[in-house]
Amino acid sequence: MLTAVIALAALALLAAFGLAIAARVFAVPHNPKADEIEEVLPGANCGACALPGCAELARRIAEGKADIDACPVGGESAAHTIAAIMGMEFEGGAEREVALVLCKGSDQVAAKRFFYNGIYDCNSAVLVFGGDKACTYGCLGLGTCAGVCLFGAIDMVPGGLAVVDPEKCTGCAQCVAACPKGIIKMVPASRKLHILCSSHDKGGVARKHCKVACIGCMKCVKAAPEGAITMDNFLAVVDYSFEIPAEVAAECPMNTIIVTGDAAGACEEPAAAAGGDA
Amino acid sequence: MGSGRFFGGVHPSYNKGLADSSAIVEMPLPERLVVFFAQNLGVPSQPVVKKGDEVKKGQVIAEAGGFVSTPVHAPTSGTIGSIDIYPSPVGVDAPAAVLVPDGKDEWFEGCNVERSSEGLGVKKIKEMIHDKGIVGMGGATFPTHVKLSPLAEKKMDLLVINGAECEPYLTADHRLMVEHAEGIRDGASLFATVIGVRNVVVAIEKNKPDAIEVMCKAVVGCQGFSVEAMDVIYPQGAEKQLIYTLTKRKVPAGGLPMDVGVLVQNVGTALAAYEAVRYNRPLIQRVVTVTGSGIREPKNVLARVGTRFEDLVKFCGGLEGDAAKCINGGPMMGVAQYSLDAAVTKGTSGLVILRQEEVTQFVSDACIRCARCLEVCPMKLNPSALSIFIEKMRFEDANEYNVMDCIECGCCAYVCPSRRPMVHHFRRAKAEVRKLQRKTG
Ligand code: SF4
Ligand code: SF4
Ligand code: SF4
Ligand code: SF4
Repeated sequence: MLTAVIALAALALLAAFGLAIAARVFAVPHNPKADEIEEVLPGANCGACALPGCAELARRIAEGKADIDACPVGGESAAHTIAAIMGMEFEGGAEREVALVLCKGSDQVAAKRFFYNGIYDCNSAVLVFGGDKACTYGCLGLGTCAGVCLFGAIDMVPGGLAVVDPEKCTGCAQCVAACPKGIIKMVPASRKLHILCSSHDKGGVARKHCKVACIGCMKCVKAAPEGAITMDNFLAVVDYSFEIPAEVAAECPMNTIIVTGDAAGACEEPAAAAGGDA
Repeated sequence: MGSGRFFGGVHPSYNKGLADSSAIVEMPLPERLVVFFAQNLGVPSQPVVKKGDEVKKGQVIAEAGGFVSTPVHAPTSGTIGSIDIYPSPVGVDAPAAVLVPDGKDEWFEGCNVERSSEGLGVKKIKEMIHDKGIVGMGGATFPTHVKLSPLAEKKMDLLVINGAECEPYLTADHRLMVEHAEGIRDGASLFATVIGVRNVVVAIEKNKPDAIEVMCKAVVGCQGFSVEAMDVIYPQGAEKQLIYTLTKRKVPAGGLPMDVGVLVQNVGTALAAYEAVRYNRPLIQRVVTVTGSGIREPKNVLARVGTRFEDLVKFCGGLEGDAAKCINGGPMMGVAQYSLDAAVTKGTSGLVILRQEEVTQFVSDACIRCARCLEVCPMKLNPSALSIFIEKMRFEDANEYNVMDCIECGCCAYVCPSRRPMVHHFRRAKAEVRKLQRKTG
């Protein structure tokens, strides 16, 4: 008994001694600034900075190898604090961007071409004829984007449609990469008018597939400032460098255009459009 | 060679009796044909026709897009009515030419002319097989000339002509062997000449005794030819499993049959290659088994490439009762169709139509770790672990566990008591792994 205790104690001492030496010999030069910066970073490890995690970004910023505003999630406020730690000035970077799902075709308005009973995941569903929606461009509504959003910013609304809450969105763009349909775009948070359609189908076909599809009538193009909305293969596309007056939304006969309200992230439908046949 | 067999496998209900005794019938030309431009695995072919063009039967309408690609030919003479996107039976929407037949069915100059295949060089034979658009007709549609070009350092010593037809319901290859044994044999000789092997085995499952008999007679007196009757077990006709059954050689993970000196070709491919070389006939028609309880008169139909499923169904007496599901290919590996607008491609071996009572909508559940899938997986994979990784989007782990070796035979899904959509998971994972591989170069 006693020998065992002594032997174990001796081993423990030996190991402790060994560790103490190892800690000195193999010590990694440490940058205290990196620790401070890591405290400021959100700790979401979301990968939006394209690095393995927040700790790695902190180390790079501390070493001057990454920009102080490289974390889109932390945004401006984090950048300011980091600037203080680094003894630098932060002039304010690019404008905050948020994700936007360019589709409005929930099951209530968009036709399906078959009954899909496979894996509940958009990337799996596209393997079957590109998905069950008649419109081959639209949102499949199985929520793969919502699944990857670490910030709970994407809601799946009833009827199968992903909707981003611009207040919660940190702009990490993980959802953009996850969506197999490529219909999530990053847009400046300050812009309110959006054309929520991605269909390049010709007007007649688009209308048959979805009651809120862009039919390429160009009414919005004419109503908007020159160049602010352009046609790309039967689809009206907003150039976000322009400020577009909210009234333009009412021009759309298909109710495709929305104006997001100033009230916390709420989506307001434009007043019932004249001549809409939806 | 023994009749031992590969690991795993299942015994689904074969239901081949519906069509295996009905002789191949040629279908009259339909009102229009929908010919897909991408008819082979690999690089898609490049269209060379436009709307309004007049074409002759056998004229090239799409050229090979690279080495692993083949041309596509007009299945009859007529006018290109339009070019548009159609649901391709393999599960994607793809561009196709709509060909409106003029009824004359006139051959393009030089096609369908008999000539001697004696003394043709290896290069010439391969060139003709390529030019006539021959692809693997068992369903994979891999360009035949590519398979006939094994790397120089591989020593080839065996050609296997695959007449296993292990997929339930399908009887197209069966009928082809019964009715065209000589053509298949002569096609096999061509392949053997090209890759320089002496031994040729025609491998047939034992449930086709008439085909075995006819093939045996056809190869009498042919040096090096033999016919092997194999046990009936699915997937006996899968390349790697077939090679193991016949030779006990194991194709290494990620490898090809040529790594063990074997070339496997489907019986239909052999016949098509023979006709291409001997008669200068491009691959513009094939035998399609139209069968299942949901079809009035199950038949083995000789149909032009581009024949719409709707026309095929009409030719076979129409739908029977509450037909509910239409599958391109067999029920184990085939792809369910959402519309009869899809059309026959070079790889369409069958159209199986099932009734409502045979179609169950399953609700899949969590894996209960019963390990039944491990017992049946002919690739000795761990489908259970794979499906769990994939559900958690751990594609790198799935790759470590060799998901890329899955042959998508569906045995695991067939036995899974939790009704898990295994093959769907694996197809997804393969797509993701390919993406990862592209990224890391
Ligand atoms: S936006 Fe894309 S990922 Fe999200 S639910 Fe729609 S299709 Fe799926
Ligand atoms: S909505 Fe998209 S961009 Fe916004 S936080 Fe979520 S994943 Fe990131
Ligand atoms: S007005 Fe509406 S339908 Fe017309 S082009 Fe603009 S978004 Fe499309
Ligand atoms: S589908 Fe793949 S994993 Fe399943 S049994 Fe077949 S080879 Fe194995």
